[in-house]
Amino acid sequence: MAFDDVQGLVRFGHGHLSRSVFHLLWIVDVEAARAWLQQAPVTSAAAGGERPAQVLQLAFSAAGLCALGIDREIVSDFSAEFNAGMAGDSNRSRRLGDIGANDPGRWRWGGAGASAPHVLLLLYADDSRIEDWQSELFDAAFEQAFERRIALPGELGAGREHFGFVDGISQPEIDWQGDRSVDSHRRSTYSNRLAPGEILLGYPNEYGLYTRRPLLDPARCPAAAVLPEATEQPQLKDLGRNGSYLVLRQLSQDVPAFWQFLDRVAQGDETRREQLAQAMVGRKRDGEPLLEARGLNAFDYDDDPAGQRCPLGAHVRRANPRTGDFPPHSSGILKRLLRTLGFGSQSGRDDLVAATRFHRLLRRGRIYGGALGVAEALATEAGGVASEEERGLLFVCLGASISRQFEFVQNAWLDSAKFAGLRDESDPLLGHRQPMPGGLATDHFSIPRAGRPADRVEGLPQFVQVRGGEYFFLPGLRALRFIAGGGQ
Amino acid sequence: MTPQSTLMIAAPVSSGRENALGALLATLNRRPGEADPDNPLVPFGQFGQLHMARFTLLYARTNDDIRAHGVRPRPWPPTLVFIADVDGDTDRFLAELCLRAGDGLRQIFSHCRDFDAGYDDLLPWMRRRNRRPAASYVNWRGRSVQQVREEEALACFVRRHLAATQGESDDARAVHGRLREAVLEEVAELRLRLSPAAPTPAGWWLGNLVHLLAIPLAGLLLLPLLLLLAPLYLWRLRQLERSDPENTRPPEPQHLQALLAVEDFDVTNHFNVFGQVKPGLLRLLTIKAGLLLLDYTSRHIYRRGYLTRIRTIHFAHWVLLDGNARVYFASNYDGSAESYMDDFINKVAWGLNLVFSNGIGYPRTRFLLKGGAEHEGNYKATLRRNQLPSESWYKAYPGLTAVDLARNHQIRAVLEEARPGEQVLRDWVGLL
Repeated sequence: MAFDDVQGLVRFGHGHLSRSVFHLLWIVDVEAARAWLQQAPVTSAAAGGERPAQVLQLAFSAAGLCALGIDREIVSDFSAEFNAGMAGDSNRSRRLGDIGANDPGRWRWGGAGASAPHVLLLLYADDSRIEDWQSELFDAAFEQAFERRIALPGELGAGREHFGFVDGISQPEIDWQGDRSVDSHRRSTYSNRLAPGEILLGYPNEYGLYTRRPLLDPARCPAAAVLPEATEQPQLKDLGRNGSYLVLRQLSQDVPAFWQFLDRVAQGDETRREQLAQAMVGRKRDGEPLLEARGLNAFDYDDDPAGQRCPLGAHVRRANPRTGDFPPHSSGILKRLLRTLGFGSQSGRDDLVAATRFHRLLRRGRIYGGALGVAEALATEAGGVASEEERGLLFVCLGASISRQFEFVQNAWLDSAKFAGLRDESDPLLGHRQPMPGGLATDHFSIPRAGRPADRVEGLPQFVQVRGGEYFFLPGLRALRFIAGGGQ
Repeated sequence: MTPQSTLMIAAPVSSGRENALGALLATLNRRPGEADPDNPLVPFGQFGQLHMARFTLLYARTNDDIRAHGVRPRPWPPTLVFIADVDGDTDRFLAELCLRAGDGLRQIFSHCRDFDAGYDDLLPWMRRRNRRPAASYVNWRGRSVQQVREEEALACFVRRHLAATQGESDDARAVHGRLREAVLEEVAELRLRLSPAAPTPAGWWLGNLVHLLAIPLAGLLLLPLLLLLAPLYLWRLRQLERSDPENTRPPEPQHLQALLAVEDFDVTNHFNVFGQVKPGLLRLLTIKAGLLLLDYTSRHIYRRGYLTRIRTIHFAHWVLLDGNARVYFASNYDGSAESYMDDFINKVAWGLNLVFSNGIGYPRTRFLLKGGAEHEGNYKATLRRNQLPSESWYKAYPGLTAVDLARNHQIRAVLEEARPGEQVLRDWVGLL
């Protein structure tokens, strides 16, 4: 694994650095931008020695790559969704649930009609260094090259998101050495290990295949000589190798609305309120799963098919349903064969949710805005979404396929009112609550109980609102050199 | 039981009139690609037996792909297809169509080459143009539109009743008793209807029985011959599988855009794929045999909510057109196209390969069943390249998935039992 050609963010969340600022840049002087990018001190994923005290990572939108002079034909070999952008198309917005209050027309940045940011600059440092780190980078040469329109400061927040729950537990473990077979004959149950090609371009993914990306002929494009070669076609150079797509979404959280709604449903009973919040999240506040587990991240839902321990619609179960390639308990050749043909279903809930391993996200988000405890939230006026007091999550995820990973999870799992055979509820935290065509509601939440009808909560308000977002490409370091050269 | 049947009318469009026809069909819609049930041309909502319907214009977008096999492409005129999935036989539906939508249909079909606009000719013209798909899948044989609506109304009533009686005993048996009583009262007051299943038409029942037995019998008779030919078949198949050209091009962005523009409005989507069959007798025989197997198993095995492991398809049809040179696949499925393709690749790649690997440009297979759709990226690109948007699509029960319909039916079935078993009750109460 050539970690020195991979940006550090892929391997580390830079969790030792408490502060971050994500800058959205527009190129104003192409030559100056190239010159600055050539010498940008980007941190690689190579370990060894001390962890860096300051980190710079760089990612580019499709518009940014074109602005730097990369041939449009080369850029179009990246995925269609990267080229289209997150808000570039109302059809995509409909699929992502970016409707109603989430409509890109209302975004703070990156929205419909606005020009897409060219470059995403991710800076990390600790409290004392973050200001100096920025002023060090933003010298005269930088200011000549780029316009900084949006700065998104973030922090770790002791690992908790603003509703008060430990976040980021369920991360895939990248199988850097390729120890694990991706053949479904050898792995039918859920595993947390993930083929490197699911995150990085240029490596085999969970299908044992290479994801499509720009491969360049050095005879036709001499500048491509700096790039690593494509493993499956060694005569070509690989612009994608060691790079990853980066999805950035700014999600504001209405913490007062969340706790006040739960308090109302619980009729002021604190224990009940807490239970409801846990059921909606699918974990306790400290991250402990709602069903017995060997560890915070070492479990699946095979023995809880009806969601009686962890609700089917709980946020963490939607985002990572931990399903295998086959329904639970189908080991052995005969059973497998029967299942393949569609026989022998035991629970009536088999095959409702896709195999999880093809839809994993490597999350690298940070929170923004001041913390608000439950007591304060209950005493504050709700609806402070757009106010000065805005707080939320700078959601970041990495992956080799935006459509199969981020967009699939967002559409088929989080936003879908029919996830796992449910009827009229979307993600209890993220849902936009807009009714479906035909008038069916999506603002319910059900907590299944053994031998009794499910507990239902109706009329969930929208707690989370999308404020901006874009798709970027986080290149490998050699690819970054090629990009900084404008591909020439 | 009321068996379902399919009307499929295909007619070539008069040269140069396809754009006018596209514009006319767009006037049926309330959202891109989705028909208004009350549109004046074809008021789909008035047909109580109609599940799904669509108008699609079949363009041979990928006609030139056959050049990869060294064959000159045949011309294909843009062809209008009208598909309707109905309860009961198509004859009655056709007659009703002429009655309620005669003028609208005449206006639509007058864009077709051989439609003589004489007033009385519509019915025989449609009959003549009706063709039986080579294979059809119905999610739940015998479930009528009326039953879907009655059971959805029941499920909504159950929800309301449970919410109104919160605080009373929520033990499964108590809930069952209480709901049963309330539902019986609603039915008596004519506020709910739970019609018993209609008797199965004797002719259909007999035909189905003959079909059930005749196909395996014919297979059995042919078995010695098939076994004898198997080595030769496999040898030739492998030869072709190694040499057949693959097409790995991604779909053009504008084409993909046209497909996306009509997707994901309802929870159910509509899918059209139109491609060419690879040249040669072996491919033709293979696709015919594959479709026969598909049709047989759909008719006799997969008729209760599952097509192997797939639970999201309402209706699907496979048709061979242009003297078996082309195949058209039309389906209605729940969820996004991305999750539909995911289902295909991860659950039934083998089943798709069996049929679609005989289509031009398909990813390389091994022994007909392996590989193929397992090449995720190339497979998705092939599907999207050959996919076409529907001009206008109708579904009788917006917002409801096939799983919703199955659950509603199960809620009803157990409510109709006076004393269900303990385990049945426990599972049932979880569905409410």
